[in-house]
Amino acid sequence: MVRGYVPHRMLHIVVNGEERAVAEGTTVAGLLADLGLARQHVAVEANREIVPRAEHDARRLADGDHLEIVTFVGGG
Amino acid sequence: MADTRHDPSSLPGHGGGDGDDTWTLAGRTLRSRLIVGTGKYRDAAQTKACLERSGAEIVTVALRRVDLSAKDNLLSWIDRDRYLLLPNTAGCYTADEAVRTLRLARELGIADLVKLEVIGDPTTLLPDNEQTLLAAKILLDEGFAVLPYVSDDPIVCRKLQEMGCAAVMPLAAPIGSGLGIRNPHNIRFIVEQATVPVIVDAGVGTASDAAVAMELGIDGVLMNTAIARAREPERMAEAMRLAVIAGRQAFLAGRMPMQAHANASSPTVGLIE
Repeated sequence: MVRGYVPHRMLHIVVNGEERAVAEGTTVAGLLADLGLARQHVAVEANREIVPRAEHDARRLADGDHLEIVTFVGGG
Repeated sequence: MADTRHDPSSLPGHGGGDGDDTWTLAGRTLRSRLIVGTGKYRDAAQTKACLERSGAEIVTVALRRVDLSAKDNLLSWIDRDRYLLLPNTAGCYTADEAVRTLRLARELGIADLVKLEVIGDPTTLLPDNEQTLLAAKILLDEGFAVLPYVSDDPIVCRKLQEMGCAAVMPLAAPIGSGLGIRNPHNIRFIVEQATVPVIVDAGVGTASDAAVAMELGIDGVLMNTAIARAREPERMAEAMRLAVIAGRQAFLAGRMPMQAHANASSPTVGLIE
């Protein structure tokens, strides 16, 4: 291991029903970027509470968070 | 019939072409009386072509978990300056699910207009009117302009309009069935008592169904499958645009009385001998 390197603790979260591991400190905005999602195209709920877009940069994920990331699709 | 609101001669635009026959929904002035869905199309290009040919100004969308493998997000190609997105709550079976869905939809930057649909049964997809009323109350309190999809039940429609819904949207037949206007009498009852726009939502199968619906004096028609599942969806979108205009114009014109016996159209005097 490189001297001075502190490994990130990994957080285990659930995104749209699937488990994922993300580095501690990851924000909602960071997660969306990692997933390749344009933030203006999605809405996010954490543990059944909406995370407003304005809070995506500040909101850090916590171990065990359940996220729903949704968008619009074709429908009648 | 004792029907003042829908007496054609009292309506603005009476006597004019379809160009000045506008209507108002939740404060928005609309020209098209056709609202279309965006589901069941082959791809984005076909959806776009059908929206275009339908002439619709409002289009419905559903809210779902984002597909991480799909790069073609509806919001990246739909022209939001041209079409007002009307999010639905398709797939919701309780008021809580519907409210949760529309709160998320609001996060996606929609206007206040939402289509509330709470389903009571997966086989018929008929509405759960009790849950719909519960959800409507919550959504209205939160400032949404609620367009509820409901049974063709005049009593439930009256309750929803009294509650403050922006329109009522009785079904004509089950969703996706294409069975046409199954109970025109109930739709008429709903129209006669209406203080908000009446939009027939679900059941239209072909152009004549849309015309029949409009001839009942309703304000608009909402459809998806009738266009998307036609052999040529783009052409059917155009047919529906024309049928809605034709049905509306026929309603405004006022149909001739039906009579049991023939009545010659040509003069009965002056025949050669």
